[in-house]
Amino acid sequence: MNQAEKTVLAETANRVRIGILDGVYNAGCGHPGGSLSIAELLTYLYFKEMKIDPANPKAADRDRFVLSKGHTAPALYATLAERGFFPVEELKTLRKIDSRLQGHPDMKGIPGVDMSTGSLGLGISAACGMALAGKTAGKDYRVYTVLGDGESEEGQVWEAAMFAAHYKLDNLVAIVDWNGLQIDGTVEEVMNPTPHNLKFSAFGWNVISINAHDFDQIEAAFAAARQVKGKPTAIIAKSIKGKGVSYMENAVQWHGAAPKEDLYRVGLADLGLSPEEIEGRFKQNG
Amino acid sequence: MVLDADLAQATKTCLFAKEHPDRFFDCGIAEGNMMSVAAGIASTGTIPFVSSFAMFAAGRAFEQVRNSVAYPHLNVKIGATHAGITVGEDGATHQCCEDFALMRVIPGMTVICPADGPETYAAVEAALKWDGPVYLRFGRFAVPEVTAGEGVAPFEIGKGRLLREGSDVTIVAIGYMVHLALEAAEILAAEGIFAEVIDLHTLKPIDAELLVKSVEKTGAVVTAEEHNIIGGLGSAVSETLAENRPVPVERVGVRDTFGRSGKVPQLLELYGLTSAEIVTRAKAAIARKN
Repeated sequence: MNQAEKTVLAETANRVRIGILDGVYNAGCGHPGGSLSIAELLTYLYFKEMKIDPANPKAADRDRFVLSKGHTAPALYATLAERGFFPVEELKTLRKIDSRLQGHPDMKGIPGVDMSTGSLGLGISAACGMALAGKTAGKDYRVYTVLGDGESEEGQVWEAAMFAAHYKLDNLVAIVDWNGLQIDGTVEEVMNPTPHNLKFSAFGWNVISINAHDFDQIEAAFAAARQVKGKPTAIIAKSIKGKGVSYMENAVQWHGAAPKEDLYRVGLADLGLSPEEIEGRFKQNG
Repeated sequence: MVLDADLAQATKTCLFAKEHPDRFFDCGIAEGNMMSVAAGIASTGTIPFVSSFAMFAAGRAFEQVRNSVAYPHLNVKIGATHAGITVGEDGATHQCCEDFALMRVIPGMTVICPADGPETYAAVEAALKWDGPVYLRFGRFAVPEVTAGEGVAPFEIGKGRLLREGSDVTIVAIGYMVHLALEAAEILAAEGIFAEVIDLHTLKPIDAELLVKSVEKTGAVVTAEEHNIIGGLGSAVSETLAENRPVPVERVGVRDTFGRSGKVPQLLELYGLTSAEIVTRAKAAIARKN
């Protein structure tokens, strides 16, 4: 990837982060921490990796994405909006009574959402089903899913891990967002699910470990996954929870809380908005 | 595609596996994963049939049925076998008498329990053509054919089948209890009591029209199910009639208890799942008419 391309992706990821903050701030609730940690991953998937068309979100042969850690819907919505599935302006309606942007992804109502998720552990299984159906039908689409590291405490994740390896789902890539924090503390304190690399490897997966915020590493990992035959690939992506918003970085209290106006302003400034742009947002919001 | 969870020999999906090995997938003993896998398959436009025992399909995988399958209203067909007390010797852990309640409370779920072989074939065919998730409940124990006779309406999801006309009481039965309801009607007829018998194979959406029409004639109801009397057929019929045409209702079913090991006829006797019990309750319902 050349520098210009990387710069464009980084700018896109930054806009995704702004979208996350806009959504969660306007909702007054939601899950910013684990949304911010996957901004580069989703940006790369939707702008480089996946074969998708915002004008035809249900195309039969499209690549699929399942946000298994469904509570980080703000990241998915912001990415889909940036990619043109629906207007960016709509992100401000997140979680509101007349909005289609439900607190957790709803495939019935939101263009570009391939699977309804939110209850942890279920999404990776659904991704397995898509991958299996694709192989059975002789289609060459690929399926991607993002899991939380805390989510992997759910037993079903490992049922799915067994299943994907058993049926040699090499069209499936599961990315573990290893941000190290869950609601009750660090993952090691609460119920240590690590080491993910050794566990997925033991379950028969091809495993790649990367920095979740480095586009070169992300690109290399997805490219390597495409070359592997007969095995699904797990990408263990070490991330910073709350990445990009100073006070949210590695701070467990921002797993599921929205900033008030003063901290919203700080966050927007962290993400590079000028004082005028920030003021403009409040005028816009009325 | 057909999925099973290491019970293909018991659920008989092994027969499909033999015919279509390329479309059969054993998921191992992991029902939660299997149900969400089915949702993923359905999202691509292929219809999966998922099979396990009722206890595990509706019980173990309840949340996956609710969140992965039903919330997005995906076209997954759940074939749940070995339901109810007639599992027999395996005992309480496997005798699921709660699945009607669990499945019928899920928005958009269709719940069907056929009474015999021909109705089972018809129900599976109809489920395949039905848009949306379907829970098909099957028993293990052999039953006589009761729906193949002349004059029985063709099978249609959401439409109960009138198997016998009567004027004094309506027996609404489902699944294994349908043939016992017909037996009970014979016994009652010998005593000059004429019972109408409805095979309410579709628990949800319930055929309110047929129920109301019948009770307008008979004025009393007995429900009969191989399920807890809480949350299943007895509840569904009572709710429907309470809102539309209140009449005395008596419920035959497992009376809020767990099962136990034993021979099936012994178990049916022990838990009151008999034609004699239906007769007793029919008389009780009639006695409660004004």
